[in-house]
Amino acid sequence: MNDLSRREALGLIGPALLATTLPLHAQSGQSLKIGFGMALSGGLAAGGKASLIAYQIWADDVNAKGGLLGRKVELVHYDDQSSAATVPGIYSKLLDIDKVDIVVSGYATVPTAAAMPIIIQRGKTFMSLFALAVNDKFRYDRYFSMLPAGPEAKYAFSRGFFELVATLDPKPQTVAFTGADAEFSILCLEGARENAKKIGLKTVYDRSYPPNTIDYTPIVRSIKAANPDIVFYASYPPDSSGLIKATHEVGLSARMLGGGMVGLQFAALKTQLGPMLNNIVYYEVYVPEPSLQFPGIEQFVTRYRERAAKEGVEPLGFYLPPFAYAEMQILEAAITAAGSLDDAKIAEQLRTKTFPTVVGDLKFGAGGEWAEPRILSAQFQGIVGNDVEQFKQPGKQVVLWPAKYKSGELKVPFEPIKR
Amino acid sequence: MAVSWDLLINAVLSGLLLGGFYAAVAVGVTIAFGMLDIVNIAHPAFIVLGAFIAYWLNSSYGIDPLLASLLAAPFAFLGGRALYRLYYYAFERRGEESLQGLAFFFGILFIVEVSLLLHFGVDYRTVEAAYIGPSVDLPFSLSVPLRLLTPLLVGLAMVLAIQIFLSRTFIGRAILAVSQDPGALRMVGGNPVKVKEIAFGIAIATAIIAGALLIIIQPVEPSVGREFIGRVFAICVLGGMTSLAGTVLAAMILGVAESITTTFWGPSWAPAVAFSILLITLAVRPSGILGR
Repeated sequence: MNDLSRREALGLIGPALLATTLPLHAQSGQSLKIGFGMALSGGLAAGGKASLIAYQIWADDVNAKGGLLGRKVELVHYDDQSSAATVPGIYSKLLDIDKVDIVVSGYATVPTAAAMPIIIQRGKTFMSLFALAVNDKFRYDRYFSMLPAGPEAKYAFSRGFFELVATLDPKPQTVAFTGADAEFSILCLEGARENAKKIGLKTVYDRSYPPNTIDYTPIVRSIKAANPDIVFYASYPPDSSGLIKATHEVGLSARMLGGGMVGLQFAALKTQLGPMLNNIVYYEVYVPEPSLQFPGIEQFVTRYRERAAKEGVEPLGFYLPPFAYAEMQILEAAITAAGSLDDAKIAEQLRTKTFPTVVGDLKFGAGGEWAEPRILSAQFQGIVGNDVEQFKQPGKQVVLWPAKYKSGELKVPFEPIKR
Repeated sequence: MAVSWDLLINAVLSGLLLGGFYAAVAVGVTIAFGMLDIVNIAHPAFIVLGAFIAYWLNSSYGIDPLLASLLAAPFAFLGGRALYRLYYYAFERRGEESLQGLAFFFGILFIVEVSLLLHFGVDYRTVEAAYIGPSVDLPFSLSVPLRLLTPLLVGLAMVLAIQIFLSRTFIGRAILAVSQDPGALRMVGGNPVKVKEIAFGIAIATAIIAGALLIIIQPVEPSVGREFIGRVFAICVLGGMTSLAGTVLAAMILGVAESITTTFWGPSWAPAVAFSILLITLAVRPSGILGR
């Protein structure tokens, strides 16, 4: 091999070095670790897996742009098995052994609440994903919630429903409530009772049921016997399915029916129930209506669906994934603006700034919740058959409330399918 | 709430429908736990496995979920036999079946659950069949959803078939014998291990069929089986451990008690009332309703 002169060597090495730095321009050797537990098995796993895909898409995006603070982003995550018991151990490991730079919560309320003590003890800035009113008790000033419920979460899931009830003519007189003996349903029903009281409705049935209930027909029959004008359900996915089937089987009709029903946002239940969903008014966070077209949302949903199809995860991607992606967009913007990984500085950015995301411009308010709540009241309309494709189209899940995002008119009454 | 006859009759009918499903779910536990003294805590996981087999054959090939479960039952029977062999050689033969056996079946429960999770994912799955959705209207304002009537009929037919098998066949009588006195069976030339192996295979096959009934009633995800552990063992104990008729009776009593409580006093009280019945029955009759 011929000897290279210093100039020749520099001539070769210089462009080579430049080439390695250019695509990942400022990425240094040490990665920036973001740690979290995530429900990848157990009852919350459907949401957990969908959220993880969104996080991974964000990590790919940010790394393609050169990383965060010049460092490649690495996601360090463990399966919390949808159980609160596993969470403290996971976050101890993330902070003490994996030495992650940033921690975020897993999906939903219970794992987030279980992580809070250790997070507060370590003074970490903490963003949660669809955790309901977790900070009401902790009052931690570095907690920020990615859930459109706002600071008064317990009212948010029924406010739109009862504001729509108030518009009915003649004015309804009576209401029936039922929901699971579990945290979301209990909170949702508490708020619903007060929202119903505000508009002068008389309660004629108000009973909760254990989460492992199999047959919902006795509950629905009792509601039918009470003959309410309005029926409000606060349910989890299996009960949402059971209650709607029983509603049609028993032949329960009402001026308006629906409420805080978890599960109706996912393809599995939408396709299973099909036309049984027509005229049910329920809560949503995002649907593909013209009034909710935020910059980047369509592209994100398309990319999510490609990955979700390969991994056999929720195929629609309306409920959690855009918000999980937006959560990371906010974190990215806050870290960039802070210019460091100092938790106090990041929290300060999160407290004061408005962040553009794929689910719109967001700002945090009291208790780290969204400053402007955006739980939507939507109604299934014109559902024919059980094909999933119809749910990707506008006009099938019509937004009725709030007025700012309204995309259609309320259809009443709710009538069971005659078989 | 005031008691109306319409509601009461409908509540009793709903309870009987629910009881039929409970009987189908619990009959395998009665065989394994009651007759064979095998604490198969993984039984609900096999029920969920049956539900997913029904889902797979229904969604991929359009096969009716009940037919799917019948097609899968012989394989489940063989799998159950193999599982018992493993359990026997690892624990029972060495007299270590109590705590170690329990841990073994806990392990099986998690393996089945995680396998389903890896293969089918985490979403709720459902099946399609002509009898899911419609109801049959009867006189006196009675309404019977077919998705609940079908499990009742299939559950009762399954228990009846097993009862006939146990009482009318040589192997069946040997299973009853081994449940009473394995030593005596050995003295008359029978092989208790082989008999228990066959009985355990039947128990697992019933779980697979019960799984199809479950997914007919409600959507299923891999971890849903844990919710049934308490109920199925309670029915087995209430019925008298070894009695299939007792299992059906106990399942109906729990179903009706839950349904009436749900209708008139609120669903939250239903499990409390059902388990109070269990406690009172055991206090008055420790061997269960039809136990000896």
